[in-house]
Amino acid sequence: MKEVVVLSGKGGTGKTSIVGSLAALVQKKVLADCDVDAADLHLLLNPSAKQENEFRSGQVAVIDKDTCVQCGLCQEICRFDAIHDYVVDPISCEGCGFCSHICPVGAISMNECKAGDWFISDTKYGPLVHARLGIAQENSGKLVALVRQKAKEIAENDDLDYIISDGPPGIGCPVISSLSGAGLALIVTEPTLSGIHDMERVLDVCKHFGVPAMVCINKYNINEANTRKIEDHCYAQGIKVAVKIPFDNVVTEAMVRGIPVVEYSDGVVAREMKKLWNIICDALTEKVKK
Amino acid sequence: MIISVASGKGGTGKTLVATSLALSLKDSYQVQLLDCDVEEPNDHILIKPFITRSEAVSIPVPAVDKGKCTHCGKCAEVCAYHAIAVMGEYVLTFPELCHGCGACSYLCPEKAITEVPNKIGIIETGQADGIIFGHGKLSIGQPMAPPVIRKVKELIDKNNLVIIDTSPGTSCPVVEAIKGSDFCLLVTEPTPFGLNDLILAVETVRQLRVPFGIVLNRAGVGDNKTEEYCRKENIPILMIIPMDAKIASCYSQGIPLVEGIPEYRISFIRLYEKIGDFINERSRSLKR
Repeated sequence: MKEVVVLSGKGGTGKTSIVGSLAALVQKKVLADCDVDAADLHLLLNPSAKQENEFRSGQVAVIDKDTCVQCGLCQEICRFDAIHDYVVDPISCEGCGFCSHICPVGAISMNECKAGDWFISDTKYGPLVHARLGIAQENSGKLVALVRQKAKEIAENDDLDYIISDGPPGIGCPVISSLSGAGLALIVTEPTLSGIHDMERVLDVCKHFGVPAMVCINKYNINEANTRKIEDHCYAQGIKVAVKIPFDNVVTEAMVRGIPVVEYSDGVVAREMKKLWNIICDALTEKVKK
Repeated sequence: MIISVASGKGGTGKTLVATSLALSLKDSYQVQLLDCDVEEPNDHILIKPFITRSEAVSIPVPAVDKGKCTHCGKCAEVCAYHAIAVMGEYVLTFPELCHGCGACSYLCPEKAITEVPNKIGIIETGQADGIIFGHGKLSIGQPMAPPVIRKVKELIDKNNLVIIDTSPGTSCPVVEAIKGSDFCLLVTEPTPFGLNDLILAVETVRQLRVPFGIVLNRAGVGDNKTEEYCRKENIPILMIIPMDAKIASCYSQGIPLVEGIPEYRISFIRLYEKIGDFINERSRSLKR
């Protein structure tokens, strides 16, 4: 079983539209939406939830007013500026528990938080594992790890060949959690200076964690000079540019209808998506041979 | 006044709005632009600041004095992040898991733990054509953005008109960046993904009790459900930017919208006036 994670650095370059299309094109796979704080893949796959579970993670300090003697020690030692006037701000509290350990009268307890929900769903394209991080919650990295773990279990139990993950933007905690140990990272970029800058950073992250990467240039024709810059950068780094997808409004039209673009139109975007999967497959088999 | 710019969905135009708002107001106010998307900062690409100062951002991580350590295991017991482990005669630390809370060093009965800085990023400050600029950059491979964001926000001078650009999403980096703002602009696009993530962003700013309004970008693509949602929820749409190939072309080349198409300058000044009116109206109604 092989795992492909789709990342981008910059948001809004087309990760989810591409994963939605791969969902429709690829046989014997499980899908994982690892963008747990702004998940969108379900809007294309129309899932029906088979299993719904709470995600409990992290803790938050609570001060018992009646026991508290207002000595102020907790406020003094808290490095996250989370305690004011002997009350904990749950949004600032990072759950370290330092205050609960040092409170001289034992007035502070640590309560486990519900940090979100995760789901295993059926879609017409196969199983989907997805999640919803609670509003303003931490621990997105742990929820991503859980989503990947469940997807892997499904792939093993159902004898599926691929895990295809829709990753989050950025390069921090949830990205690292989506990426580490994956078989291949597909980086979706766009020919804007921001897109290039952010692609370079996420490629560095892939290199840092030893995950092979390839690039897909989306909306390549909005600035062909920048597209050439991306190709040059990738060539210099020994990274394959798999496909170049032109800007086409069919992508948004398909999104409005809530279906993968390959099922909405069989034009050039669909052709490039098919080509993209063939190239990904070749890369994955080549790696296994090595 | 502190105005933050957020979105939920990535790529809707936060950077475009933050930079053009800063450029449109710089002649009338002392503007301070702080890019708190420390994972993928982009404002500098458009604003092209002259960077005058660069400073490392570190968090304090434990260093164990082997001579003093008795392997009692107290540090591992109190660490909520499993960033320190005691295995027989060995104490292992995992700096990338450490949040720098200081519990282990404070609570070590032998005083065997000191704290040493672990660099997780940098902040850079400078000037761009009268705008005071600052941003943070999380180091490659580091997971934790919030400490870098907090460091960028230490640059805030409340005498200035402060504009904060944030990362996409709704989790801790976004909350850290928006927290303490007087107003939050949510930039969205009229597509199903844009709306889905806008609703999450609205829930987030409501929880933070920060007043907010919408900038609708790429108007004309997708559908009209975002506008319906805003009407239903009584959320003000403060500015509409149409889908325009020329705008996309400027952005792709790193040209701020108000420099590529100067007519937009007046729209951004109006946007700021509307934010002011909204805040005044709100404080009046709160007093009543």
